[in-house]
Amino acid sequence: MTKVTLTINGKSVSRDVEGNTLLVSLLRDDIGLTGTHVGCDTSQCGACTVHVNGESVKSCTMFAAEADGAEVTTIEGMANADGSLSVIQAAFQEHHGLQCGFCTPGMVMTAANLLKENPKPSEHEVRAYLEGNICRCTGYHNIVKAIMAASGQDVSAIAAE
Amino acid sequence: MYAFDIERPTTIADAVAALKSDEAQPLSGGQTLIPTLKSRLAAPSKLVSLSSISEMVGLSDEGGVLRIGGATKHDTVAKEAGGSHPGLAGLAGKIGDPAVRHRGTIGGSIANNDPAACYPAAALAHGATIVTDRREIAADDFFTGMFDTALEEGEIVTAVKFPRPEASNYQKFEQPASRFAMVGVFVAKFADGVRVAVTGASEDGVFRWTEGEEALSANFSPDALDGLSVSAEGMITDLHGSADYRAHLVKVMTKRAVAAAR
Repeated sequence: MTKVTLTINGKSVSRDVEGNTLLVSLLRDDIGLTGTHVGCDTSQCGACTVHVNGESVKSCTMFAAEADGAEVTTIEGMANADGSLSVIQAAFQEHHGLQCGFCTPGMVMTAANLLKENPKPSEHEVRAYLEGNICRCTGYHNIVKAIMAASGQDVSAIAAE
Repeated sequence: MYAFDIERPTTIADAVAALKSDEAQPLSGGQTLIPTLKSRLAAPSKLVSLSSISEMVGLSDEGGVLRIGGATKHDTVAKEAGGSHPGLAGLAGKIGDPAVRHRGTIGGSIANNDPAACYPAAALAHGATIVTDRREIAADDFFTGMFDTALEEGEIVTAVKFPRPEASNYQKFEQPASRFAMVGVFVAKFADGVRVAVTGASEDGVFRWTEGEEALSANFSPDALDGLSVSAEGMITDLHGSADYRAHLVKVMTKRAVAAAR
């Protein structure tokens, strides 16, 4: 066992973890933050995306021991301080960017990373950035629309085919 | 996954020492190794994480040669190498997806030498030098076959040094599901000639297309390749494409890389 101390959504947390404990297992099974989902468990689908030191990573493909000292943000840390939805979350709701919702935590975390790097992305840039996040319900149109709207751009011209 | 311990050394010397124990294996970004461990295709007793070794992270200019630390992430190379090495930065920015690029490292990719990985093509086309904890190895001597390199047991890639090309570009024909290279071609033009490295195509892993290099060294233009053809012998055949198809793609992607080189 290795002792890890990390900051999760602003709170310091210490746990003993096995070498082969994945970051997503620590978050979900030990800490109880089940908003982060495990879809494929093979680092393809992106449902488990969280931020580690401000960058999106797939928490099913990183060991908890490697997060020692890191600042981790999960979907539970994305809402505003008063509990209301963040701009990105509200845009997903407003533009029907989800159906079953399973991929949504990863989509929101990836979208937040994109908008931090590129505050006014083009539609093509949004689609390219979502390369590692798979949604099997929406066909992506409304996810792209939601992210464009969250960036403050006019989305009336984006067709929801 | 089988059980193992993780160590997180903070210096190269400590990492090398930790790797001396039985069944110890280095862990870099883990974007290949962790899925491998999940499939129980590897059973190390100990993983030695290289991600906390600050002397192995970052880019620096060494008299016109770009030195990239072995634990530098793809995303960092994509964002920082473009000024002097636009082909290399473009290649790094198209590996995997954004989250993978935030973890995966150049040293891990080079050391693994996946036959469809992108970085081996960049290293070979630049005539890069692979720096390890104990020596320097020319890229021409480093890649020795599919998933095989000149690295010894417990030897780690601490940096890769890339000479600055006059023009360079990487073109990847992606396998549409995995987005790995069906065929990827890196073209780099230097004062003393052109180097063309091909990944994804050969059963022996990355290789140089010397015939193409000679033609392009005489005339750096896509047309210079018109009369050439690439043999399908030794090319990979799988459900995504035949050996003939891959051989054809080598020339097509080389032409595209030459046309796009800057």
